[in-house]
Amino acid sequence: MPKDNGIGASSKRREDIRFLTGTGQYTDDINIHGQTHVYFLRSDMAHGRINSIDTSAAAAMPGVVRIFTGDDFQGIGGLPCGWQVTDKHGNPMQEPAHPVLAQGKVRHVGDPIAAVIAESLEQARDAAEAIDVDMTELPAVVDMKAALADGATKVHDDLDSNLCYDWGFVEENKAAVDAAFENAAHVTTLELVNNRLVANPMEPRVAVGDYNRANDESTLYTTSQNPHVIRLLMGAFVLGIPEHKLRVVAPDVGGGFGTKIFHYAEEAFCTFAARQINRPVKWTSSRSEAFMSDAHGRDHVTKIELALDADNNFQAIRTETYANMGAYLSTFAPSVPTWLHGTLMAGNYKTPLIYVNVKAVFTNTVPVDAYRGAGRPEATYQLERLVDKAARELGVDPIALRRQNFITEFPYATPVAVEYDTGDYVATMDKLEEIADLAGFEARRKESEARGKLRGLGVNCYIEACGIAPSNLVGQLGARAGLYDAATVRVNATGSISVMVGAHSHGQGHETAFPQVVADMLGIDENMIEIVHGDSSKIPFGMGTYGSRSLAVCGSAMVRATEKIINKAKKIASHLLEASEADIELKDGQFSVKGTDKSVAWGDVTLAAYVPHNYPLEDIEPGLEETAFYDPSNFTYPSGAYACEVEVDPDTGKVTVERFSAADDFGNIVNPMIVTGQVHGGVGQGIGQALLENCVYDENGQLLSASYMDYAMPRASDVPFYTVDHSCQTPCTHNPLGVKGCGEAGAIGSPPAVVNAVIDALQSGGHTHVTHIDMPVSPQRVWAAMQG
Amino acid sequence: MTKITMTVNGKTVSGDVEGRTLLVDFLRKDLRLTGTHVGCDTSQCGACTVHVDGVAVKSCTMFAAEADGAEVATIEGQAAPDGTLNAIQAAFQEHHGLQCGFCTPGMVMAAADLLKNNPKPTEAEVRHHLEGNICRCTGYHNIVKAILAASGQDVSQIAAE
Repeated sequence: MPKDNGIGASSKRREDIRFLTGTGQYTDDINIHGQTHVYFLRSDMAHGRINSIDTSAAAAMPGVVRIFTGDDFQGIGGLPCGWQVTDKHGNPMQEPAHPVLAQGKVRHVGDPIAAVIAESLEQARDAAEAIDVDMTELPAVVDMKAALADGATKVHDDLDSNLCYDWGFVEENKAAVDAAFENAAHVTTLELVNNRLVANPMEPRVAVGDYNRANDESTLYTTSQNPHVIRLLMGAFVLGIPEHKLRVVAPDVGGGFGTKIFHYAEEAFCTFAARQINRPVKWTSSRSEAFMSDAHGRDHVTKIELALDADNNFQAIRTETYANMGAYLSTFAPSVPTWLHGTLMAGNYKTPLIYVNVKAVFTNTVPVDAYRGAGRPEATYQLERLVDKAARELGVDPIALRRQNFITEFPYATPVAVEYDTGDYVATMDKLEEIADLAGFEARRKESEARGKLRGLGVNCYIEACGIAPSNLVGQLGARAGLYDAATVRVNATGSISVMVGAHSHGQGHETAFPQVVADMLGIDENMIEIVHGDSSKIPFGMGTYGSRSLAVCGSAMVRATEKIINKAKKIASHLLEASEADIELKDGQFSVKGTDKSVAWGDVTLAAYVPHNYPLEDIEPGLEETAFYDPSNFTYPSGAYACEVEVDPDTGKVTVERFSAADDFGNIVNPMIVTGQVHGGVGQGIGQALLENCVYDENGQLLSASYMDYAMPRASDVPFYTVDHSCQTPCTHNPLGVKGCGEAGAIGSPPAVVNAVIDALQSGGHTHVTHIDMPVSPQRVWAAMQG
Repeated sequence: MTKITMTVNGKTVSGDVEGRTLLVDFLRKDLRLTGTHVGCDTSQCGACTVHVDGVAVKSCTMFAAEADGAEVATIEGQAAPDGTLNAIQAAFQEHHGLQCGFCTPGMVMAAADLLKNNPKPTEAEVRHHLEGNICRCTGYHNIVKAILAASGQDVSQIAAE
């Protein structure tokens, strides 16, 4: 019987009511009295020198309040990078300045040159057209390998080259890895591209800056996954506003997928300009602006090799990756191809020797940073495509080859610095074979053949490191922030509860799922509990939502705070019941004395805390409110196995996803309905990456895919119903909930399944020369591959 | 400026608009009906879908002045006055057909248009009808399921949760 309350219940989402009735409040829905609008004049050149900017004509246009250029930001800090990577020689990465508005040069199409503030957006846009910018176009570097060639144009004149860093991991293992390849019975090699993507949350970014001269307080309303991080970065590094004078609010946010983690120029600009003109300043991104100003994702070019012994045991993995950073370092960009990618290269397999090399490169393109999965999809895609290719070369079943090399004993220390606490890769593969009905595949293949279609099956595994993670560890790895989280549980006099959490919900359903946890601990109805998030003035602190960390990290903080509440409430109950505290039990919202029928209700205890007439005032304070900060001792390691069946139309090369099945191990689960929905969404994005999406620059750095006319977003008719199972559960051993996180799994696990399926369809259809097709596996690419 | 008058969710409203003012901007900025969203600038995403004279329209593709005299329905008018969700809204909640909620108003309005003209659509017909509505969160699974459920069809055989 499914539960209807608390942990394990598929509670319906309470936030749905406002979203379904049009009463949600997204940032663009906020309008402040006296508000102005800003329009950013952006570079249409990928690389250029700014000779002069004449704003005089524009300034005289109707409604214009003020025009800012880079000169107005002299002496103001640039946008900081939150992670410093150390290269293989022990040197820090090259770290260029990132001004709020361009100073002297523009470095990508979309780089903001000037900002026009006017009474209306239309007036601001009209005036921007009257700004006369004299620029000299410079050669652009777009291709990563060309950007590293001798004599290449430099994106940043003050850096030595376009190389951000050359990272070796683990550098000390390199000689042993090379030796293993020398001695291998078989080596499989694969060169591939992890296509550049744009995250595309449906809500474009918005920032509204407000300033109160009376108390010198600034407020920024912004579309952020982590308002406290924005307050920290913008206050301390850009504008020099102390925390107590800066409030950052992220209200309802329409999806993030990573790209709303980062601190952006527009946020700093609106906050800065509101102080300058003493009026609110609002910016709403258009979708076209989003394509040229939101941080992009992926964009890796990789060569990966696998060494096997004569019995098909994995002996070593060696990779060389070029990772595009774009023109500037976005907030967490350097960590993505390194610590979020290299540490995952062991995957689900006991490969004793691994060496990962990553060259991060500056180009004249939009900055690239974390997008759903962030480094882990890149690692999984390489590895799982490679294992599939190896199986074909060796003539063995790809599932059998995987099973043979699975890690089966936990905890397991990989050769790439992480220790998996739990997992059961055999169980998830068994479950996948069942839910995907792999036994029935050949019959389905024949049925497709009868209709003239080539059917293929692709299977893969994944492992991810989530719940990022111990602050002392990430500090050693170069993070410039801690990665704990915080929660305050405020029990009100009548027993209702407000929980202020540092995690931010922008689709994940925290407002529903988090109360389920507290309700379970206290034995009360979850509807008595309300979650408060997204406002730095209401919440103690928080590092926000990304890396599938909300429940594992912030949820753990919430558990710790609730435990403190229970401890104090038991003290109060023991006083009311005139019994020893050690004898007090809490069950179903009742405090009772062990072995007696004496009890007192939750509401009586909470009331006593606020009306302390009969209360142990000499021992404890009145009130019932507790805060906890939680810093995890390890990452969490969700894992799973995915299967995709495709049909390829041999006449057109069009690929259709016919079936998709996901068997995941997320540890314990709080709300199965929400977890399943997270997997659906991730798989949808993964299919999008595999078949449709591609962010394309031409050789001059012009963005060719700059709108939904050119960037192919998955539509309802591009995907099937999915089969999702998360009944395999090996709980995380180091957080109090035993949860692992589920937000990114679908996007990590699905691209290789799709591409493996396409290759299987083509090979089984007689096109045995086709061993790889780069994503997106478009009809044109499939057809061309078939022609050989 | 042009003076326009229309009926929105059963109420007569009027305003002065520029010729270039889009219907979606009139709804959002002048009437403060912010449930209708703007997710793109090329009429692809469908977050701004409303009904004009009973037909689903992307309100970013239409000038406010073109809706002069029209009957407009938006997401704010879909639930009963006492707040009771209509069948489509209720099915979206029941089947977890929304996550961030940003595309949701457009999805609900598009679904209402479909079910009005095709009360028992097939899965393929639902997917085809949503061609002009992009969702980035759900992978469409639960949206399609919710619309089929709202049409009164049995969805118990469609993958769980």
